[in-house]
Amino acid sequence: MTVISEQELAEYVASVDKPVSVRGGNTRGMAGSGEALSVAGLSGITLYEHGALTMVAQAGTPVAEIEAALAKENQRLAFEPMDHHGLVGSTGEPTIGGVFAANVSGPRRISVGAARDFLLGVRFVDGQGAIVKNGGRVMKNVTGYDLVKLMAGSFGTLGVMSEVSFKVLPRPETQGALVLQGLDDGAAVAAMSAAMGSPYEVSGAAHNPASGQTVLRLEGFEASVAYRIEELKTVLKGAGAELSVWDADATLDFWNGQRDVLPFHGADGDVWRVSCKPSIAPTLAAKAEPLARLYDWAGGLIWLRTTTGTDMRARLGDFDGHATLIRASSETKARLGVFQPEAPGVAKLTAGLRARFDPRGILNAGLMDAVA
Amino acid sequence: MEMPIPDAGVIARKARVVARLMDVLPADAVIHEERETKAYECDALTAYKCPPMVAVLPSSTREVSDVLRICHSEGVPVVPRGSGTSLAGGALPTADCVILGVARMNDVIETDYDNRLIRVQTGRTNLSVTGAVEADGFFYAPDPSSQLACAIAGNIAMNSGGAHCLKYGVTTNNLLGVTMVMMDGEVVEIGGGYMDAGGLDLLGLICGSEGQLGVVTEATLRILPKPEGARPVLMGFDDNEVAGACVSDIIKAGVLPVAIEFMDRPCIEATEAFAKAGYPMCEALLIVEVEGSDAEIDHQLNLIMEIARRHNPVELRESKSAEESAKIWLGRKSAFGAMGQINDYMCLDGTIPVSSLPLVLRRIGEMSEEFGLKVGNVFHAGDGNMHPLILFDANKEGDLELCEAFGAEILKLCVEVGGCLTGEHGVGIEKRDLMHVQYGAADLEAQMAVKDVFDPQWLLNPAKVFPLDASDARRSIALAAE
Repeated sequence: MTVISEQELAEYVASVDKPVSVRGGNTRGMAGSGEALSVAGLSGITLYEHGALTMVAQAGTPVAEIEAALAKENQRLAFEPMDHHGLVGSTGEPTIGGVFAANVSGPRRISVGAARDFLLGVRFVDGQGAIVKNGGRVMKNVTGYDLVKLMAGSFGTLGVMSEVSFKVLPRPETQGALVLQGLDDGAAVAAMSAAMGSPYEVSGAAHNPASGQTVLRLEGFEASVAYRIEELKTVLKGAGAELSVWDADATLDFWNGQRDVLPFHGADGDVWRVSCKPSIAPTLAAKAEPLARLYDWAGGLIWLRTTTGTDMRARLGDFDGHATLIRASSETKARLGVFQPEAPGVAKLTAGLRARFDPRGILNAGLMDAVA
Repeated sequence: MEMPIPDAGVIARKARVVARLMDVLPADAVIHEERETKAYECDALTAYKCPPMVAVLPSSTREVSDVLRICHSEGVPVVPRGSGTSLAGGALPTADCVILGVARMNDVIETDYDNRLIRVQTGRTNLSVTGAVEADGFFYAPDPSSQLACAIAGNIAMNSGGAHCLKYGVTTNNLLGVTMVMMDGEVVEIGGGYMDAGGLDLLGLICGSEGQLGVVTEATLRILPKPEGARPVLMGFDDNEVAGACVSDIIKAGVLPVAIEFMDRPCIEATEAFAKAGYPMCEALLIVEVEGSDAEIDHQLNLIMEIARRHNPVELRESKSAEESAKIWLGRKSAFGAMGQINDYMCLDGTIPVSSLPLVLRRIGEMSEEFGLKVGNVFHAGDGNMHPLILFDANKEGDLELCEAFGAEILKLCVEVGGCLTGEHGVGIEKRDLMHVQYGAADLEAQMAVKDVFDPQWLLNPAKVFPLDASDARRSIALAAE
């Protein structure tokens, strides 16, 4: 079913009597079971006020359309949402609703915040077909409960988003990177932590053990980027690495690849995404015994490629963070669960919310459920 | 302001409730004598007062849990309180309630510079969070004007912002994890020392829930390295509209200041008389601050001043030193006090799309004449968060009501142009009954459903946020269940 208006969406959800698999472009491999319900027909930018840094768009609007409109005004989605095509082998058109429903945030998350931090307002249809709005299109809004945050990252399990409004940011004049060559995982995370603890506004910090590169991104006015790269060299001179500097083009290429987890494209195995306290990342990655690993967010995010069917959560044990299964067979996903199981007190709240927003349990059923 | 009729049954059980609370708390942490409970009769919305039945000051998560378990079993409403600086009446008691103050819980539990976080008990004041890390070059970014006094607990409850949130975001963007006690005493941990807690974003839901979902006793906060420096430029314009256009042009130009503050003529005049900051007498004044190294600051200020010059400013004063910066900020920081010197005032907090600034300022001016009450505007212009200060005389019969009616009209206007009722102060009791203006029945129902899940008996801060007529059925069920 592809709906073309919010009203039609509401009527469909109210009348449907079986589970529906809610999706935008279905590019992220994150839909639940049931008959496909696509919002791709709800498409178009409703309002773009570049002087106020805000945009309103229907949930099914292609991300590409939004990025093109922003580029014309020299602005961007600063949270740098990744494109999952190459990693999960999907086709289809990524939508802005999908970005927010999955809270997809890229490398710049460590400096500007996650997708959820940019989402200002939502309109959605709950599991009984009621049309609900929350938030708005202004940057500061504490009027009532923040269901905007609740909807971000709820993967369509609480409601089907029909419209989103969000904050955008100016595109900086230029970018550059300081590259450290030859650090092991522990030294790389320590170096990234030192960089993030400096006042030089690093907007990306990643480490790829396969290439031995630790890359720190700086963005802004040209003179400022050059100045901060030099200052960072001083901060990191004791790190024991060979230092080099990348120009804007090389920096852009690298971070586009990092954002989309390019080193794992076309390689076998399951892919896990681990969010953790940065300082424990090297220990966790060692415990994981992966086929390949990739650090982002200065160590706060680890991408792991593993032998198919590996129960990564069992390997990692209890830790300050959580592991999400991004790419695996549906059998493995069903067996291990896509999301980290929650502690009983939190699980009770989650179950309570889902029971209230979707009492019939029809929206993306199974996707966020704990495995029995 | 209407409040629910206190539950006589609860008040009749006061002695038993006090005795049970005394069992789990030290004697000096249970305040129940009438002359002492009076200290908790209001928050910073002083127009409304009501001493609570009891006030408690627990010192640990365990004690908070014990208190809530007892109140839950006794059916006693609980009003959580940080430092009592809410401008919206978020901590206003009812005569049948227990005030749960977190003021004694102010320890730093952990500072972790490698992971750039600090974990504190939530009674700790906002400024003292920065105080705990600034010697090591870090700070906690959200900076509400009340930061010297306000507690992190209240910041989380109201999702507080501040002057610098244009760059650094508000509380919800800087909160990584919480320990929260549910109304039935159960303790839950949400999030932690990592980004983006897994599962549903409960952290985002709790932040800004005005103490209605649980009592947050500990919080893990993101800390940031202090910038190398910061300096503002002050600019004056002889037209509000021109100042508004200048703000928009600065934002469009790709410079991202940390703060853009706006004051209008009534506010400038009051501030000058009070603080003598040397502000130009004009229709609108902007303070724009940027950060970085000296050279970076110069570069950005030059760009900003170049834009400002295109709008024919009557004054353009770039700070070249810490002293000059302090002088530029002096007036802005004294604005509320200066207005308070003139008369009693009510501070509003609506947010509007930046593009509507000129229209809204013009309408407020017209309404000021219609209502016969003076109003000064001082606000965070970069994000459209307005703070109209309406002057009134609390001792004059009917003046408060007139002021509230004027305030309501301004807030309706904010919603009409695409904004909202409150940008950072919260709904509390102050804007509770205006929620119908912004939200329809289904929108309010969805929010109240969240409270049903977290606090099924509606015992936590029950008469706030939602219009009384909308929440009546739920609150009555709680009463009937006794």
